[in-house]
Amino acid sequence: MNMTKIVRTTADLFYPFCLVFGLYVVLHGHLTPGGGFQGGAVMATGAALLLVSRRYEDITRSLRQNTMKLCEAVGLLMFITAGLAGLFAGGAFLYNGLAGAGGLFGEPVAFGANPGGLNTAGLIPLLNIAVGIEVLGGLTVILLYMLSGVKETEP
Amino acid sequence: MITRLLLAMPFLTVAVLLLLALGALLFKRNLIKMLMGLSLMESAVNLFLVAIGYRQDGVAPIFTNVPQTLMVLPTVQALTLTAIVIGVATSAMMLSFAMVIYKKYGTVDVRNIRKLNG
Amino acid sequence: MRTALFTAILLILLAGFLQVAVGLPFGKPARTDMDDYFLAHAQDQAAANNVVTSVVFDFRGFDTLGEATVLFTAVLGVGMMFRKLKPGEEYEHD
Repeated sequence: MNMTKIVRTTADLFYPFCLVFGLYVVLHGHLTPGGGFQGGAVMATGAALLLVSRRYEDITRSLRQNTMKLCEAVGLLMFITAGLAGLFAGGAFLYNGLAGAGGLFGEPVAFGANPGGLNTAGLIPLLNIAVGIEVLGGLTVILLYMLSGVKETEP
Repeated sequence: MITRLLLAMPFLTVAVLLLLALGALLFKRNLIKMLMGLSLMESAVNLFLVAIGYRQDGVAPIFTNVPQTLMVLPTVQALTLTAIVIGVATSAMMLSFAMVIYKKYGTVDVRNIRKLNG
Repeated sequence: MRTALFTAILLILLAGFLQVAVGLPFGKPARTDMDDYFLAHAQDQAAANNVVTSVVFDFRGFDTLGEATVLFTAVLGVGMMFRKLKPGEEYEHD
């Protein structure tokens, strides 16, 4: 159902901040608390904010179900592709060949406390991004489906 | 004795939560309340997993600017993460089932939806 | 009758749970070999500061693949339940 203008404006205002914070949680998953699942859930919270403030027909114009389904499938395929790349590079599924090798996400890390660099951890940030995309798509699709099953009443 | 009880407090909480969840599953006839019981049971298991991996005076197992290297056990926290995501997935499934059952039968009381009408 | 039976079952379970809960030591895990290995080697083997993430995505990466598949399957199941009805097909109560 359509909420008041105050709720709608606040939801619009907070939606980009939710996305940016979720992206931060996903990208820094190997340095700070967080990771793909948590960051994806935060991003889906932004979508939920939009969903509760508007009518279902209005929301599907900007938040398309097919796009979110595509996000979900692409995330899972990215995960499997990263695993298969490890199979071809190092001989094991999900082999972390990028860690400590230089190049993309390849800086080695010394043991013990350190300030942490973003360009570390090899395969882990890629898997974090893949899982983040998948969780964002999956939770948003679940919310859209559930909202499509609710009969809407206008006050 | 009282010190021992206080030290075991997380596990006591787990026991009480499990009891409450089982009570909700056994005594409630509303599907939504039964699902709340299942969610409560899942929370109890998560709390049990995190509490069983606690090491005295340990910090979170993240090395970014950490003050000490005595850390709590990381494996149980990873298992808890897995359990939370799977719990969300199953909760979504069960709530969808409840919604479809309400559409079909007009009620979520388990006594009225037990009969098979095709 | 059923209520009395269920209450009795719950009381017996409560006694068992309380016995287990009081007996478990809190703060002193019994076996820590595997976790000590993860804490010592997460940084040179996975190059990640966050040990939990390195366990989830590196040491137990196959488990995480299964988890992602479970989420995918749950979304498929929810979509199956809220499918568009055929013309003429109706729920009894709507």
